[in-house]
Amino acid sequence: MLNGTEDEEKWLAEGIAGIQHNAFYMHRALDSNNLREALKYSAQMLSELRTSKLSPHKYYELYMRAFDELKRLELFFKDDSKHGVSVVDLYELVQHAGNILPRLYLLCTVGSIYIKSKEAPAKEVLKDLVEMCRGVQHPIRGLFLRSYLAQISRDKLPDIGSEYEGDADTVMDAVDFVLQNFTEMNKLWVRMQHQGPGGVREKREKERSELQDLVGKNLHVLSQIEGVDLEMYKETVLPRVLEQVVNCKDDLAQYYLMDCIIQVFPDEYHLQTLETLLGACPQLQPTVDVKTVLSRLMDRLSNYAASSADVLPEFLQVEAFSKLSNAIGKVIEAQLDMPAVGAITLYVSLLTFTLRVHPDRLDHVDQVLGACVKKLSNIPKLEDSRAMKQVVALLSAPLEKYNDIVTALTLSNYPRVMDHLDIGTNKLMAMVIIQSIMKNNSCISTADKVEVLFELIKGLIKDIDGADVDELDEEDFKEEQNSVARLIHMLYNDEPEEMLKIICIVRKHTMVGGPKRLPFTVSSLVFSALRLLRQLQGQEGDIVGEEASMTPNKIFQLLTQIIESLSAVPSPELALRLYLQCAEAANGCDIEHVAYEFFTQAFLLYEEEIADSKAQVTAIHLIIGTLQRMNVFGVENRDTLTHKATGYSARLLKKADQCRAVYACSHLFWVDDQDGIKDGERVLLCLKRALRIANAAQQMANVARGSGGPVSLFVEILNKYIYFFEKGNKQITSSAIQGLIELINTEMQSDSTNPDSVADAFLASTLRYIQFQKQKGGVMGEKFESIKL
Amino acid sequence: MNYLVGAFKPPCNIFISFTDGRSRKQVPLKKENGKTVMVALFQSQENIVGEVVIEPIHGKKVEHNGVKIELLGQIELYFDRGNFYDFTSLVRELDVPGELYERKTYPFEFSTVEMPYESYNGVNVRLRYILKVTISRNYVSNIVEYQDFVVRNYTPPPSINNSIKMEVGIEDCLHIEFEYSKSKYHLKDVVIGKIYFLLVRIKLKNMELEIRRRESTGSGPNTYVETETLAKFELMDGTPVRGESIPIRLFLSPYELTPTYRNINNKFSVKYYLNLVLVDEEDRRYFKQQEITMYRNLEAS
Repeated sequence: MLNGTEDEEKWLAEGIAGIQHNAFYMHRALDSNNLREALKYSAQMLSELRTSKLSPHKYYELYMRAFDELKRLELFFKDDSKHGVSVVDLYELVQHAGNILPRLYLLCTVGSIYIKSKEAPAKEVLKDLVEMCRGVQHPIRGLFLRSYLAQISRDKLPDIGSEYEGDADTVMDAVDFVLQNFTEMNKLWVRMQHQGPGGVREKREKERSELQDLVGKNLHVLSQIEGVDLEMYKETVLPRVLEQVVNCKDDLAQYYLMDCIIQVFPDEYHLQTLETLLGACPQLQPTVDVKTVLSRLMDRLSNYAASSADVLPEFLQVEAFSKLSNAIGKVIEAQLDMPAVGAITLYVSLLTFTLRVHPDRLDHVDQVLGACVKKLSNIPKLEDSRAMKQVVALLSAPLEKYNDIVTALTLSNYPRVMDHLDIGTNKLMAMVIIQSIMKNNSCISTADKVEVLFELIKGLIKDIDGADVDELDEEDFKEEQNSVARLIHMLYNDEPEEMLKIICIVRKHTMVGGPKRLPFTVSSLVFSALRLLRQLQGQEGDIVGEEASMTPNKIFQLLTQIIESLSAVPSPELALRLYLQCAEAANGCDIEHVAYEFFTQAFLLYEEEIADSKAQVTAIHLIIGTLQRMNVFGVENRDTLTHKATGYSARLLKKADQCRAVYACSHLFWVDDQDGIKDGERVLLCLKRALRIANAAQQMANVARGSGGPVSLFVEILNKYIYFFEKGNKQITSSAIQGLIELINTEMQSDSTNPDSVADAFLASTLRYIQFQKQKGGVMGEKFESIKL
Repeated sequence: MNYLVGAFKPPCNIFISFTDGRSRKQVPLKKENGKTVMVALFQSQENIVGEVVIEPIHGKKVEHNGVKIELLGQIELYFDRGNFYDFTSLVRELDVPGELYERKTYPFEFSTVEMPYESYNGVNVRLRYILKVTISRNYVSNIVEYQDFVVRNYTPPPSINNSIKMEVGIEDCLHIEFEYSKSKYHLKDVVIGKIYFLLVRIKLKNMELEIRRRESTGSGPNTYVETETLAKFELMDGTPVRGESIPIRLFLSPYELTPTYRNINNKFSVKYYLNLVLVDEEDRRYFKQQEITMYRNLEAS
């Protein structure tokens, strides 16, 4: 077989030459109306089709040549004025040919004219033809012969409304004819597997699949017969086709034909014969890809259901879902070695089906998922990535359909399916869920649902045993955790009671997340709790009394615990910010000791954990800012805290930072409120101290680099002076401002100072402001009057 | 020269014709020299009526000892060349001895002639009917003229015509059951039947149905048997599997068949057989031969 293809080409060329040669003489005979010669040469021409040497593909080429010639011959036969022989005689005459193949081709050709002539009932002729064709048992030759028969008979079936329709029940004859031809063709086709040319199995299968459409065409013809109504389809066509499909015991044929049936016949027929059709599935060979067959069926039915709402009652009436579900169960049971991906694909299709057909039946969805869980639990570990994809599809389908995770959360089997995913996929799925929530802006409002939800996304919430931590991509991880953080904000209930429960559940879940996750989740959780607090305040009065568990104190305790968990990370900066937030909230709730406690915590963190100087600067400004806004503290507590804060400020590493922190501290003693503290003296103290530090900084800069530091510090302090001056701090006098301005001017003009355009501009605009205030007149104008620029 | 040629030529021409020659059916007959001529067709019990015309060659007289016409049925066996067995011989005297000067016409008639056997042209045997006109002469050889004619006898359809049904096979290899709808066929008949494959363990390639003619001549130790295959008709192409049934429909009309002749005048027999041949992929042939009886049917011929 080394030169197999080459030889084949040669044989094909020879065959074609033979056909052309004989066709030439046949044409001559046709032109001279010589019937005898025409028959002789046409038979010789057709003898070329007797070859066994060609593959189906090449044989087809040969067949088509002959086919074209037969059309000419048919025209000649049709015109009996040319040959003077009645069609009946002609029908006998062609049967004198000694070789069966040419004989039958000619018989079919004349047969078609015989039917057209209506000298005999179509059914008789067809029956005779299909019966006589049995003589060709060679798979390829037989298939092509019968396909020729199918071709010429297509438009001559005694169908309803056809001109060949005879007496009663002739549709049945048409159906019988096509069915018989189909059956025989299928038998031949299947036999090719065992008898056909070619040695290797793959090659044979390939060759066979090239021929499959010849067989399938019969089913197509069947579906085109008008007379095949539902009744007939149900009673005759389908059972007989299925009988052949099942009995042929050939996986290739079974797969192809099942698919063919599904694609060729109308949807409503499938729906009404679902039981029969599905009943055949478990009887197929174990190697048949039943899952694809069933999937296609379900896809078709789904589309059908989606096409119009009018058909839905039909689905209910025939209990399509339970039938499909049963069938799938049986198939999976019967085919033990079906890969997981197959089974899951089936479930996906079923799920899609039920989602489309019975969107209101959540129990169906759950049932499908349950079945899937059962199947999955028999598999030790799902490692097939395709199977995994299918599971994701399975889980995503309900989300997409309902656009609402809340629905999915009521499915008891949903998390159980997720359990079978590998870690990566599990996360992926969790992300899909979260994204679905985000996209639809759905609010999860009960503790139960939150519990289920967190159970679902636990892949994101905590490390799962066996997870390979090294493999984690940092960015992915961040993205995931950010999503979780966002998710926490989507959990909301107007009832504080329920909300608290939700928070507790979230806390329970997130606390096990480990140091890497906590920084992401804790802040969301804290703000969520703070929101609850505000909510509580909003409704204060009615609730607090009766629900002892729901006091702000309680929530603050919770908050403390939550923030404390960050110590494990450790993430002191974040914790500090959160403490300050909480302190502010406590301030809002007017609970002094709690606020004090939070500040204590914040200060402790500052002292013990925050070592980085930049972080310290940021932290101290935060502390100052927060503290400034606190109005809950008594004098003593406030003093302690402000004192501390000022102390920290002065102890920052860089002079500039010190200076800025200290002048910021001045605000701690001057709260521009109705009844805020207004301790002008201490404000001045702070500012003076800031000045001192600024001076020191300037000097240090001189010493170190031979040039002065930025004068901007002075300008900043000047601004503070002006601020407090404006606010009416008696300790800040115009002369002090005057002095400071002069100081700055001196500094600016000194040689040692580098020109600093920013500082210049800053100063210029500050001065412009003073000028502006002076010119404004009124109380302010008077106040500023004394300052001379 | 002319004189000499004239000396060996018969001095007269003899024409034999049938009264109903115009309307009578003519059939082809193969002569010894291989030429086919059309001759009149008769059947047994018919009257054979006609006339003989003797036309002396211009200006000559024919002296004779009498003119007679004979109807002969002859069987000629080729291995016994030259020997005719006349199974039928009828004579009519046409003229008394005398002289013929001019064209003279003699009518003749053989009434209800018994011609039980059909004309037959076989491999080793020929059965023929002739009219022989003899002008007997003294001293010189008789002048003889022959006219062939063909006899065919029709038989009514047999009252009993059973089908041929048989199961044959090679143990554990091949079991088939075949059925021919009839055992007796007229010449334009159709062999209808079916072959069922009950067991197929060998790879068959094709199957054909042969029509064979078995002609046996002579008797006893001198029997000569000649078998001819008149038709090879492919019934099946490819390898069937168990349970297949293959239809048979063989039109007999295209083949030159005769009725079955059994022991014609103790000289010869002609029998027909259907031979079912199965050929496997190694070109081994498996066959089963069944005799069928052929008869001539008036309606169909």
